[in-house]
Amino acid sequence: MLHIVVCIKQVPDSREIRIDPVTNTLIRQGVPSIVNFYDLHGLEEALRIKDNIGARVTVVTMGPPPAIKALKECIALGADEAILVTDRKFAGADTLATSYVLAKTIEKVEEKWGKVDLVFCGKQTLDGDTGQVGPGIACRLDLEQLTYVGKVAKVDSEARKITVHRYLEDGTEVVETSMPALITALKELNEVRRASLPGMIRAARYEPITWTIADFENVDMSKIGLKGSPTVVGKTWVPEVRKIEGEIIKGDTPEQIAEQLTQKLAENNLAEKLGWV
Amino acid sequence: MSSQQKKDQMPDWSDYRGILVFVEQRDGVAKNVSWQLLGIGKKLADKLDTALMALVIGDNVEHLANEAIYHGADKVYLCEGPELKDYRTQPYSRITLKLIEDAKPEICLFGATGTGRDLAGAIATHVPTGLTADTTQLDVEPSPSRLLMASRPAFGEKLMATILCKNHRPQMATARAGVFEALPRDPERKGEIIRIENPIKNEDIATKVLDFIEKKNEVNLEEAEVIVAGGRGLGAPEGFKLLKELADELGGEVGASRPCVDAGWITHEHQVGQTGHTVRPKLYFAIGISGAVQHTVGMADSDVIVAINKDPDAPIFQFAHYGIVGDLFKIVPNITAQVKKRKAEKSDPTVIKA
Repeated sequence: MLHIVVCIKQVPDSREIRIDPVTNTLIRQGVPSIVNFYDLHGLEEALRIKDNIGARVTVVTMGPPPAIKALKECIALGADEAILVTDRKFAGADTLATSYVLAKTIEKVEEKWGKVDLVFCGKQTLDGDTGQVGPGIACRLDLEQLTYVGKVAKVDSEARKITVHRYLEDGTEVVETSMPALITALKELNEVRRASLPGMIRAARYEPITWTIADFENVDMSKIGLKGSPTVVGKTWVPEVRKIEGEIIKGDTPEQIAEQLTQKLAENNLAEKLGWV
Repeated sequence: MSSQQKKDQMPDWSDYRGILVFVEQRDGVAKNVSWQLLGIGKKLADKLDTALMALVIGDNVEHLANEAIYHGADKVYLCEGPELKDYRTQPYSRITLKLIEDAKPEICLFGATGTGRDLAGAIATHVPTGLTADTTQLDVEPSPSRLLMASRPAFGEKLMATILCKNHRPQMATARAGVFEALPRDPERKGEIIRIENPIKNEDIATKVLDFIEKKNEVNLEEAEVIVAGGRGLGAPEGFKLLKELADELGGEVGASRPCVDAGWITHEHQVGQTGHTVRPKLYFAIGISGAVQHTVGMADSDVIVAINKDPDAPIFQFAHYGIVGDLFKIVPNITAQVKKRKAEKSDPTVIKA
């Protein structure tokens, strides 16, 4: 049976974040936390593999204790086990430090439940938008790296091969590789199921496994949290609205307005540049 | 020395010099973002008084090494081999890592494309160093710090953040396509091409590219000189017909804001703005588009912007050089007619221009 790990993150719903017009800072209060939706597509694909050929699906997340809610959501959908990795010392991590801790976590999952064949991550998170944690984990665990996957075409657990479609700007790449592999999921990958009633009941009773730094051996303290993060945020600012002293074109009829506009554009040399004087 | 001073002291990075740009290509055709990266890379290199380097990997891609020089590179590293025809993470990252070790660039730039992000993510972890994703502004502090100030939008474009990488080299960033300007191609420009050995054997690579299905790009917003874009104000998918007529008359493309794409009125390849295309045409029409920041980040740098909206308070008017408050269904066909008329006058020598 395949062993699949799905990495998820609880994120503020960035669509709900507003900027305080006075202080120019983010208003995080009252912003709902959700499971990063790309990660849910990764989980869904893992669950489909489980439904089709059988697999053990373990969900992991690094974050503060409220992330337990996100893990329970994954259990409700059908994950077998969920692990919260949480410690103040992990806080302030950028993508490099995050991928270190998640790689350590997956190694520990392997010690406990056996070799991992597939790891799913979301394409990127809604709050970070970097897409760097997946490649970071693949690199640290020496997994074949398959990013921007929009379709899993074939999983051959006998031959230990997987074929996926990567959706890129200029087309679709059909790629075959050997397992263990790491896949980052696009929303095109699948449609995420709804939790079943038995799933919800199991989730309500389920207590995610919590690991703190004390549960790990051989963690290099210089590679975690703020200390292990090479990037720092310098300054932040609200992008200024570029105010143009624009001209409102008026006229009595649409014809007049249109005529005036094209005249203005012609005077602006645009017509000439574009070849329609 | 106080502990604070000690803390602020930078490590000695003097053996790391120069800016390296990864040239992304498929089948020997470079992605435009590669030349755009050389464009901004040249500015940064001049500011730091250092060399601009490019890395070209592929099969039969020597011509791209020359193109990189024409687009601003001083020195191009070229690695060729049939095993390198298609991008694959493992071989490409091995070659790039080896070059970073040998050439020691202080800054490495990649396109924020599927390939660029895939490669940069692997490399930054290996080095290890800091990587800033999807930047839209790049600048450097002069010597001695020579820090890359990599700025990017955050939280759905509502905030901009500058990311710094003080204690690791190289400093890495991926940059969004269409944001930076390429230098004009100059075939007289001279530079040095350095071949690097291809260390990859096919049997060492687990990943195989079985097929590539090219996306038939019917719309090319990034290269369009005129874009006629529509928003929710069109009311229905049929509204785009009016826009198409104007776009055809102007030799342009049709663009759209996200709500239209989400509603299924038009395909995603037409979308301008965050999660869509970043464009800077000579002329941009924003028709029935309110002007939310998610849209304007993708078009505000257009040379001339015309906004048509029935709401005089729509934020789009703050971006527009010419604004028209009114019913787009009446105004747009009239503009199309006017353009037609002007074109006819131009091609008809008997009409004397006033």
